[in-house]
Amino acid sequence: MRESRGAQNDKIQMSSLSIKNLHVSIGDKEIIRGLTLDVPKGQVHAIMGPNGSGKSTLSKAIGGHPDYTVTAGEVLLDGENILGLEPDARARKGLFLAFQYPMEIPGVSNANFLRAALNARQTEGEEVEATEFYAQMYAEMDKLEMSRSFTARSVNEGFSGGEKKRNEILQMAMLKPAYAVLDETDSGLDIDALRIVSAGVNALRGPQLGVLLITHYQRLLDYIVPDVVHVMVEGRIVRSGSKELALELEERGYDFIKDELGEPALA
Amino acid sequence: MSTETVSQIDIDRTRGDFSYPESHTFDAGTGLTKDTIDYISKVKGEAEWIREFRHRALEVFKSKPMPTHWASKDLENIIFENIRYYLANGQKPTRSWDEVPEDVKRTFERLGIPEQERKFLAGVEAQFDSEAVYSNIKAAVGEQGVIFCGSTEGLREHPEIFRKWFGKVIPTGDNKFSALNSAVFSGGSFIYVPPGVKVKHPLQAYFRINAENFGQFERTLIIADEGSEVMYMEGCTAPKFETATLHSAVVELVAMKGAKIQYVTVQNWSANVFNLVTKRAIAHEEAEVKWIDCNIGSRLTMKYPGVILKGRKARGEVISIALASDGQHQDTGAKMIHAADETTSNIVSKSISVGTGRATYRGLVHIPKHLKGCKNNTECDALLINSTARTDTYPAITVRGTGNSSQHEASVSQISAEQIFYMQQRGLTEAQAMSLSVNGFVNDLVRQFPMEYSVELKRLIDLEMEGSVG
Repeated sequence: MRESRGAQNDKIQMSSLSIKNLHVSIGDKEIIRGLTLDVPKGQVHAIMGPNGSGKSTLSKAIGGHPDYTVTAGEVLLDGENILGLEPDARARKGLFLAFQYPMEIPGVSNANFLRAALNARQTEGEEVEATEFYAQMYAEMDKLEMSRSFTARSVNEGFSGGEKKRNEILQMAMLKPAYAVLDETDSGLDIDALRIVSAGVNALRGPQLGVLLITHYQRLLDYIVPDVVHVMVEGRIVRSGSKELALELEERGYDFIKDELGEPALA
Repeated sequence: MSTETVSQIDIDRTRGDFSYPESHTFDAGTGLTKDTIDYISKVKGEAEWIREFRHRALEVFKSKPMPTHWASKDLENIIFENIRYYLANGQKPTRSWDEVPEDVKRTFERLGIPEQERKFLAGVEAQFDSEAVYSNIKAAVGEQGVIFCGSTEGLREHPEIFRKWFGKVIPTGDNKFSALNSAVFSGGSFIYVPPGVKVKHPLQAYFRINAENFGQFERTLIIADEGSEVMYMEGCTAPKFETATLHSAVVELVAMKGAKIQYVTVQNWSANVFNLVTKRAIAHEEAEVKWIDCNIGSRLTMKYPGVILKGRKARGEVISIALASDGQHQDTGAKMIHAADETTSNIVSKSISVGTGRATYRGLVHIPKHLKGCKNNTECDALLINSTARTDTYPAITVRGTGNSSQHEASVSQISAEQIFYMQQRGLTEAQAMSLSVNGFVNDLVRQFPMEYSVELKRLIDLEMEGSVG
């Protein structure tokens, strides 16, 4: 019995983004304090939490940002610990981060950037075929209602907040990750942009993709309906449940969870 | 800073970093005296007026102090007594690659020159140390009356055109290094384009230093007669030697009424070359001169291409890219001297400093009070890759009079850790991310380069960026 349960756990980890007892610091300050989470392929998990709970730190740490120090724990991608890898190696293994604040890259066109990113995934000396690449990119851009002019514009330069977020989803659609962490993808979006971006993410849902959706507001979850909702407070998951949990949070605010946890958790 | 303490970036220069053993028939020896000049003049079989011109220049060179009151103190590390001023084999440049001596031919073949000539050039000149070894122009271009040869040959065969302009755009005493060049010059290109002739394909010269402790002092003169057009491109390489090598050229351009000259340089000197070059053009009425200048490599480059806008409605432009890697100093810029009404000038300079590299921009724009309708636009942008890199900007813009205008924009930016992380998160390695960012920074300028050169430039930037991350 015991053995078979262990084998079952292993099986889940073999096709999941699995975070175990993660501790992350910025400088001397510990932000993530023993976080455990498992996002199986094919599912969408949402993390909700108040400002300052460590949500964005979690996404940066998973991605391997050099300013975030992992002091303990593991991040397993299909069973392999990726914490020792450079950010680009993690990406090539199938991890994608949709940034809350996508960076501008002056002088580098969207099309060239995407091609460079795709070429980085090819075996040495191989390159993606241009005609196929453009056909695929145009198809994805149409879904996101992006004008063709975006291919020649510099990456995110002069884009509106909504355009930047659409561009993140375009990159995700083209790079076809196994696991995507979407960091506050809804922030700064008006209702139309939110609808388009959500439709873009929903179109990518399927058995080959696991999604970790980080958000502050329940609103996004009306559009991208999660399989599981986690509540993060003070760098830990304090509650997990179905999508109804998000509605409860919306109604009662984060304070009810903090109250339930009592003062010690806030210390 | 002494020779020993300069750290040099060890990047792959496989295409340029090789040399064959030297065996020169003519060697002026080490050091610079009156005898050196007499030797060069005799070997070249020059007219007396040239020999006298050289001797006067030597006096000017000796009398002028090093410009270290404004320029880099590193200039003091040039030991003029240790340099060899003339190395050649006494051969006339051939018109066919087959007749070029085997070791020299191998050099240029490795650099891909004959292949480029077949593909897209209207003519090629190849200089090996002091003299041109090959010089050819496509028959159709020659038949239009275009002259393209080495300057040694030009002085001998076409003195009536050469002498009229020689030393007129850049006088001997312009600066210490133009004086040095005037004393010991050898090689370089001579081009004359007759009135109304538009040379469709570029003419290219390739300058190669093969010998150690050597000074290359080419002298180029291009004359585009009324209404003519020409594009000239030059490439430069040298192998990596233990000791410093000196390259000090003088380039004079004359654009007659309505003529257009484009002068493109892509240099990739090895990290111990002192590259001290004076380049200037005169643009007559409605003429256009455009310098496209790309400086990669060298230990210290000092180069400020200029245009004297002498005729009404003349137009001058300098587009420059400089990349200073570890231990290198790119001190570059532009000079625009407005000397007639309604003249316009445009300067766009972009520099990248990596590691302990340093990029300096110096721009001189002069519009005097009595002129009307003159315009200048200056943009200079610097990109710093690391916190140890350095950039300085020294604009000197004088605009007087009421009907003239100048516009100046400058920016300094740094590739941020966030930007690199973003790109790495998409799967690019750190070096690829840097390289893409740098290429993006210069992208709008590179698009003005001829296709073959923009590809080469991108390749050089990729190599430099690979070398800059651990």
